[in-house]
Amino acid sequence: MASQDALGGRLPGLFGSPDTSSFTEFLGAYAPDALPGRRVLPQGAVGVEEIPHATTIVAVTFPGGVVMAGDRRATAGHVIAQRDIEKVFRADEFSAIAIAGTAGIGLELMRLFQVELEHYEKREGRTLSIEGKANRLASMVRGNLGMAMQGLAVVPLFAGYDEVEDRGRIFSYDPAGGRYEEREFHTIGSGSPFARGSLKKLFRADLSAEDAALVCVQALYDAADDDSATGGPDLTRGIFPVVASVTADGYRRLGEDEVGALARSVVEGRYEAPGGPTAPLR
Amino acid sequence: MPFYVSPEQQMKDKADYARKGIARGRSVVVLQYEDGILFVADNPSRALHKISEIYDRIAFAAVGKYNEFENLRLGGVRYADVNGYQYDRRDVTARGLANVYAQSLGTIFTETNKPYEVELVVAEVGESAELDQIYRLTFDGSVADEHGFLAMGGQADAVSQALKERFGEGLPLAEALRVAVRSLEAQDSERRLEARSLEVAVLDRHREHRLFRRLAEARVSALLSEEPGAASVEDEVEDGGEGSPES
Repeated sequence: MASQDALGGRLPGLFGSPDTSSFTEFLGAYAPDALPGRRVLPQGAVGVEEIPHATTIVAVTFPGGVVMAGDRRATAGHVIAQRDIEKVFRADEFSAIAIAGTAGIGLELMRLFQVELEHYEKREGRTLSIEGKANRLASMVRGNLGMAMQGLAVVPLFAGYDEVEDRGRIFSYDPAGGRYEEREFHTIGSGSPFARGSLKKLFRADLSAEDAALVCVQALYDAADDDSATGGPDLTRGIFPVVASVTADGYRRLGEDEVGALARSVVEGRYEAPGGPTAPLR
Repeated sequence: MPFYVSPEQQMKDKADYARKGIARGRSVVVLQYEDGILFVADNPSRALHKISEIYDRIAFAAVGKYNEFENLRLGGVRYADVNGYQYDRRDVTARGLANVYAQSLGTIFTETNKPYEVELVVAEVGESAELDQIYRLTFDGSVADEHGFLAMGGQADAVSQALKERFGEGLPLAEALRVAVRSLEAQDSERRLEARSLEVAVLDRHREHRLFRRLAEARVSALLSEEPGAASVEDEVEDGGEGSPES
């Protein structure tokens, strides 16, 4: 802990210094060990594949917003570590964040990002632009590069409503902190190759918010169909994907009943056509 | 050659200095109302706030020198966010924050030549009015636990007296706001306050997650023009569509 100074009084000196409105930067100076990327892993760490991993996330834009959804499975090696994990979260009033990769670090990163945005907002009296938020997240992911090289990679997907341009936007990341803006839709995680194919066929530019949510649930079903690490809708236990939309009205997580109805209709449809809806051939 | 100044005289001089500085500014009123805690400042600036959000249920109000209380506010936001991140959001309390501020202000008052010319309120809204906490901190680090209402700043005594005459428990928002504004007008017999020159915010226990909300000028003037005793149903409807907490 930093020493006390006269101006800071009992607030340790760093609390009073006006230099940064970034929570991550401040925490890095005040309590470096509290940041996910600063820890030193023992040499030759083994067994990282036995640490729970979070899997598939999809995001789809529609006119006036964006929908993000994630399955509920976390896997540790070949074992299902948790069947109702949540991987999609509110980042702030107008954005959502989801994580894939090492679950523990991902959840920590997500929590840090939430505080980062709120901290900036409270100190500066304004919210960051959507690019500003996306860039902050990129530098936080970059901070985890050392861990990623040792097998504890985590990759977020960030989506938000752009108030200036009145549209939903999606940003993806690589473990080195690369930030890429995606058009129309994107998916990350182990089931993403299958979800991507599904999204490609189901996406339309004029989707309604409800249909965008349906597209997400269909794509997650297709991912779960072919990827063992992605969980499908669990009708017996009533565990459905987490689906959230971000529009001019802000972040909204769809209720269990809404998602349940969507998931049931998708499963019903698959009795008739196990491959799901087909795209026109010509 | 240094003169001997007795500690009593030294402290008294510092206290007088701080009091004078605070008395030059305009006043701020904090009072409990039906749904939480209401903050009203006689402050025409839209950018330099005297009332701010600290955390989910905690707000900060201050009078005196801007750079000094702004410094304390920024430190408070850091204190709250660090604790909320390392423990849990529920573990950030107004009592903890008030203690930290009291220690800071006390140290500054005794150990430096120039005391802070500020007076603060740290308030936390509870599940019910009995669980609301309002702490008032003065320049020397004293803390007082307040109930109902309080005024601080320039003519605080006159405003307090006016508040005492008008205040009642569990007033609806429009009425509580009127009480606050009429009391602030007691600063000066000529003073008439309009929505434009007021900074108004609430900690509303019926909101979700972050309970702090600023009331925009249009909303304040609508509330002020509401007939006394009119049904408060209108409030509820309007509350829905005001955008983000900082709008």
